[in-house]
Amino acid sequence: MRIGVVTFPGSLDDRDALRAIRMAGAEPVALWHGEHDLHGVDALVLPGGFSYGDYLRCGAIASLSPIMTEVIDAAGKGLPVLGICNGFQMLAEAHLLAGGLIRNDHGTFIRRDQKLRVENTSTAWTSGFEQGQEIVIPLKNGEGGFIASADELARLEGEGLVAFRYLDVNPNGSLNDIAGVRNERGNVVGLMPHPEHAVEPGFGPDTADAMRSGVDGLTFFTSVIEQVLVAA
Amino acid sequence: MPTIVVEVMPKAELLDPQGKAVAGALARIGKGHFSSVRVGKRFELTVDGPVDDATRAAVEEIAADILSNSVIEDVVGIYYPEAAEAVA
Repeated sequence: MRIGVVTFPGSLDDRDALRAIRMAGAEPVALWHGEHDLHGVDALVLPGGFSYGDYLRCGAIASLSPIMTEVIDAAGKGLPVLGICNGFQMLAEAHLLAGGLIRNDHGTFIRRDQKLRVENTSTAWTSGFEQGQEIVIPLKNGEGGFIASADELARLEGEGLVAFRYLDVNPNGSLNDIAGVRNERGNVVGLMPHPEHAVEPGFGPDTADAMRSGVDGLTFFTSVIEQVLVAA
Repeated sequence: MPTIVVEVMPKAELLDPQGKAVAGALARIGKGHFSSVRVGKRFELTVDGPVDDATRAAVEEIAADILSNSVIEDVVGIYYPEAAEAVA
């Protein structure tokens, strides 16, 4: 079970994603944006960061990278792909996911441990959660406001394509409190908050039990491992 | 060398936090006679040869697909050097 993480110029959380994959029990595979090769991975993460300095639009230039040809092709054939933060922005720019991300409505960068509700568990990356489960993982972004036209928003809601919703606080002005979405097939998921930063006790968000003990992010990676093994 | 200009704006109906921030700053320094400010982008594309139909087709394609994202932005103008009029 091998899960790739693509590093782009300006990626920040690629190492954390590789580490999360290892802690979940799979073999992490470092991939490079400039190659046309996914090295036969069973699933793929597009990590967070500020690829190309967020020039043009967040994720826009990265979505034109050489490796994205293979990513788009493989996603179309059902390869599980998770886009985190800047990776979510790339998936939106590549039209693998609906909607777009714009600057936070309050105009400032925000970092907080964010409560989310898992709205859809029939995806490769969320199958290990309970429907409606509340989780806490870190959020950190300047341009995380999810928007879509009224028609597109109605379609996302109607077809159950909202994967995660912000609870308690809407940190960036996202419409309908949407934190993450999935594609129709359920293999492609994107979200602004960071599951890879909540995988090891001592380094995650605070919980009622102990400081920094939150590991809700681990389920993203254990879910995809289980899904790939079931499909094999 | 001919320069083609492409102008892109956030969709009118969507929030423009940059514009709002600028409008807020103007009001704070006593220049608040503007009811709103919107911030967009201007691209200048310089070509070596003449601006022919193939160039125009390429400009229109990248304006729609790369320089803008139709989910959040609109191309509001494409200006060619010999005829200074918007065609978008």
